[in-house]
Amino acid sequence: MLAMNYRGTRRIRLDHDKPIPEIEHPQDAIIKVTRSCICGSDLHLYNGNVPDTRIGSTFGHEFVGIVEEIGTDVQNIKVGDQVIVPFNIACGQCVFCEQELYASCHESNPQSTALGGIFGYSHIAGGHEGGQAEYVRVPYANVGPMVIPDNLDLDDAVLLTDIVPTGYQAAEMGGIQKGDTVVVFGAGPVGIMAAKCSWLFGAGRVIVIDQEEYRLDFVQKYADCEVYNFNSLEDPVKFIKQTTDWLGADVCIDAVGAEAAGDALQTITGRKLLLQAGSATALQWAINGVKKGGIVSVVGVYGPTGNLVPIGNVVNKGITVRAGQASVKRLLPKLIEHVQKGVLNPKELITHRIPLEEVADGYRIFSEKLDHVIKPVLIPPSA
Amino acid sequence: MKNKSNKDYSHIKGWAIDADPKNDPVYPMKNRTNGEHKGYNWKRPKQQAVDREVLHSNERPNVSAVFGLAPEPSGLSGMIRRFAFKYSENEHTHWLSLLFADRVNELEGLVDDIKKGQFPNIIAEKGWGAQWKHDRKTMIKKITVGTAIVAGIAIMLSGKRNKYF
Ligand SMILES: NC(=O)c1ccc[n+]([C@@H]2O[C@H](COP(=O)([O-])OP(=O)(O)OC[C@H]3O[C@@H](n4cnc5c(N)ncnc54)[C@H](O)[C@@H]3O)[C@@H](O)[C@H]2O)c1
Ligand SMILES: [Zn+2]
Ligand SMILES: [Zn+2]
Repeated sequence: MLAMNYRGTRRIRLDHDKPIPEIEHPQDAIIKVTRSCICGSDLHLYNGNVPDTRIGSTFGHEFVGIVEEIGTDVQNIKVGDQVIVPFNIACGQCVFCEQELYASCHESNPQSTALGGIFGYSHIAGGHEGGQAEYVRVPYANVGPMVIPDNLDLDDAVLLTDIVPTGYQAAEMGGIQKGDTVVVFGAGPVGIMAAKCSWLFGAGRVIVIDQEEYRLDFVQKYADCEVYNFNSLEDPVKFIKQTTDWLGADVCIDAVGAEAAGDALQTITGRKLLLQAGSATALQWAINGVKKGGIVSVVGVYGPTGNLVPIGNVVNKGITVRAGQASVKRLLPKLIEHVQKGVLNPKELITHRIPLEEVADGYRIFSEKLDHVIKPVLIPPSA
Repeated sequence: MKNKSNKDYSHIKGWAIDADPKNDPVYPMKNRTNGEHKGYNWKRPKQQAVDREVLHSNERPNVSAVFGLAPEPSGLSGMIRRFAFKYSENEHTHWLSLLFADRVNELEGLVDDIKKGQFPNIIAEKGWGAQWKHDRKTMIKKITVGTAIVAGIAIMLSGKRNKYF
């Protein structure tokens, strides 16, 4: 089958003869992919910053497809079903799954205890092969995959595998109360969804900060929010203080993660010298820009080795930091309803449809923010 | 010193008098059951056959019930990965060794390709075609700077040679 093949830092090619995955466990299913996406999280892998990313791996944790084959213990889906597959691999029976912490499943990732299994996300997330291919093996097929309702567009469905629940959970973790001022760092797909969802919790003011003008223009219209380019602000934290009557935002959301720009020290130590697990600029701004007693919600992804963050200010200001990989399965029923009712319209974020064969170009375009890209979708020729 | 873990708190004055179930910052992400208090005791899913080399964190006693089939550890990078997994996720040695293994693995990939007579098309792999199409300016800048650096080094090296040899 065709499959994306990681060859090293910022090198990707398409394999033509990767073996089609087989059932390895009675609860497995094999899914024929109809759409898959490239995500900001894939950029951490692409840039070679995630430990234990092995050559020859296939990435891709955001995909939908058709059930091709099921294991003997699979009852909840059948061959031919069109399914949404959450990016988290969750067993449904460990103590974390039982409590709906599906991103923290303890039975899907032998390599790291901090994190549950994730499709196509290196061996730090269980070494599972990903969906930027024609077929994927999906473990625990009774738990994760959900049949796509007839009236749900495939383009909406594929965004429900990650960025919609992630943006939603970012706002949810912000504990937003009616009238709160929310600052979202990052106008990528995740930040855009976080801004949009902040209103659903009753935000009184939503501000998005980024440096890509075209993304700021998009989110301003899409999520009805205020936008600022941090390059034209003297100091983003001082600006936040100023614009909130000198007290700071009620809630700050980090939807950027380890590839952040904007602070030379962070960039040099985090992204050039690799002395820390990526640059924590957005997190630093979030901590310093939130009010005393405020909440910082982190969905931006960082590496496991640690980062330079002003933890002293977290203590001094009495800040609550809430963070997590999105628990997609927990949120899916509600979010599908929001999409069906037109409250959320995720597919408007898709700017590029790229044939799977051009996956290397897709990564370059998304990583360099070329051609006004917001969300690229890869389409296999067999779809 | 001998520690005992006990589940009888009756002798502790004031045990739980201020407990507040609403004071839970993980709500609503977590549907709290306190199942963790019983330890690693749940009915586990069937174990996927461990018929290949699966490195597992030493912060857990076993291989999780399922695991992925992305490449097994192999070659020199595999040896480094095995070494890394002797250390817990808390140790820098674990992560730094894995990052080092990744770089070694990259070279192994190149050698592998060449051995198979397939010289990798780096320009395509790096998506430079797309960069050229959508952002020629940056690309020309990068090529110019790159060429200048290479030329600079070459001049320096040849300078050295004149001086010392
Ligand atoms: N927690 C989860 O479950 C989860 C799920 C998906 C993605 N993520 C993470 O969310 C982050 C964003 O993902 P994405 O797909 O939107 O990525 P993206 O790369 O498209 O977007 C990131 C945006 O941040 C901007 N940016 C860079 N530095 C900034 C700064 N200092 N302040 C403000 N903005 C800045 C960039 O210009 C870019 O527009 C990534 O770290 C990704 O790994 C987390
Ligand atoms: Zn993603
Ligand atoms: Zn589980």
